[in-house]
Amino acid sequence: MKPKAFIYVFILALIGIGKAWAGDEGPTPLTNKEAIDLVQTHADYVWTLIAAALVFFMQAGFAMVETGMTRAKNAINIMMKNLMDFSLGSLAYWAIGFGLMFGVSATGWIGTSGFFLSDYTSGGDPWVLAFWMFQVVFAATAATIVSGAMAERTKFSSYMIYSVAISAIIYPIFGGWAWGSLFNGSGWLEKLGFIDFAGSTVVHSVGGWAALAGAIVLGPRLGKYDKNGNIKPILGHNMPLAALGVFILWLGWFGFNPGSTTAANKDIAMIFVNTNLSAAAGCTVAMFTSWIKFGKPEVGMSLNGALAGLVAITSPCATVTPTSSIIIGAVAGVLVVFSVLFFDKIKIDDPVGAISVHGVNGAWGTLAAALFHIDGFSLKVVGVQLLGIGSCFIWTFVLAFILFKIISKTIGLRVSPQEEAEGLDFAEHGGNAYPDFETSSYTQQ
Amino acid sequence: MKKLEAIIKPFKLDEVKDALTAIGIKGITVSEVKGFGRQRGHKEIYRGAEYQVDFVPKVKIEVVIDESIMNDAIDVIKKTAQTGQIGDGKIFVLPVEEAVRIRTGEKGNDAI
Repeated sequence: MKPKAFIYVFILALIGIGKAWAGDEGPTPLTNKEAIDLVQTHADYVWTLIAAALVFFMQAGFAMVETGMTRAKNAINIMMKNLMDFSLGSLAYWAIGFGLMFGVSATGWIGTSGFFLSDYTSGGDPWVLAFWMFQVVFAATAATIVSGAMAERTKFSSYMIYSVAISAIIYPIFGGWAWGSLFNGSGWLEKLGFIDFAGSTVVHSVGGWAALAGAIVLGPRLGKYDKNGNIKPILGHNMPLAALGVFILWLGWFGFNPGSTTAANKDIAMIFVNTNLSAAAGCTVAMFTSWIKFGKPEVGMSLNGALAGLVAITSPCATVTPTSSIIIGAVAGVLVVFSVLFFDKIKIDDPVGAISVHGVNGAWGTLAAALFHIDGFSLKVVGVQLLGIGSCFIWTFVLAFILFKIISKTIGLRVSPQEEAEGLDFAEHGGNAYPDFETSSYTQQ
Repeated sequence: MKKLEAIIKPFKLDEVKDALTAIGIKGITVSEVKGFGRQRGHKEIYRGAEYQVDFVPKVKIEVVIDESIMNDAIDVIKKTAQTGQIGDGKIFVLPVEEAVRIRTGEKGNDAI
């Protein structure tokens, strides 16, 4: 066919099609509502599960931060703890935790249905599965925070007991108070108007305060303080790994906060931006704080500054402006530096700074949600936020402290001094993370 | 025969090696070592706490040479490894009783 003829036929065909369309009843958003809703539902599933995958990847981030900031002789132990708190935690959250957190609750204190994922029946609505998957990675985040503060001296078997307890009981019950109504539950805190969009308190403070209890019951690592009580820093063995961990966590947070919409909507854009700006401000300010205070821009504090900014924005990320996010992150960056120094000074040995990053800045972020609320400041909201922060501390710290004390008095929480000196890789796991490298454990106890 | 043991700053190794091969030295043994002298280490910071690093990383060069070029070799190392800052290192000279090339069984100066 000649090109000209082709074009004529093409135009005739177009006119024909146009006429056929004009003859039909055109579909409108109203007549097509069912199909449009279905597409939205599918998008919600996809976004929630992609976000769950991003939050899962944070486990790798936590593992890298923790091992980077501790010694080579404990690297296998740290990998095993991070691996097992996700694996055991998933099973515990499936069996018990999810039901306590999101089950039907008459009192607002504790959920009573949905254990063993019984809300899902074959052929039924699979939303509970997507929702469970998103929630289980959050539970595992709270659990794994504690690992860092207890690193290099905790007995592996005792750690596993703790890990099941936080995923099955400590985290879910508090979580139900604040988030229960996201599914079948109804928490007393959320009824009062408590704001914790993605879990500064529910996830991070719970992890942070449990970490505080663990570090206190354990006591400092051998060699962390000399006879006169002066701090003798115990160097992490791989700062590039610690930095990789922070980058992974930062990436994972783009699932953690924006994913907490559990809906594919336009809100996620601002949550993304707020999350990033707060982390950037936290990192920048912590870097300058360390520079002013120590004379050099110190890497450990800068890394923790980014994490502090991320933790702080987790609660307010959906209800503050991007400018407020920068202020919230900046305050977190200062707080984390002084908090790390403070806990070192009072002889609570936290090798990675988990208490400062997650506990202290989780509390700050939750308060900031009231101080910087996009709809304005109200004392009543500040009061509710403080109540949430306080109840989280009391619930988590007291319960975790009792749990660690009981473990300590029965099967023992800490390895022997000799095992600690040899390293947990050899003593607890019979292995060596770096057999082809010379490790310099002889330079320190 | 004499053996020179030179403890130098690690980043000076290439320069010293080039200078030694230029005056005809055919074999060098190198190891990474740590230690301190009058420099007494240095201070570093970890998460806000200052600490003393007593043992600073250095490189140890070992060369076995004929006595006739000993002074040249010492001069060459001294010149190339020097920065003028503290921590430049030291050169030690030791007598060597015998040398054997394992592959051929040659001895003495023929083996070095």
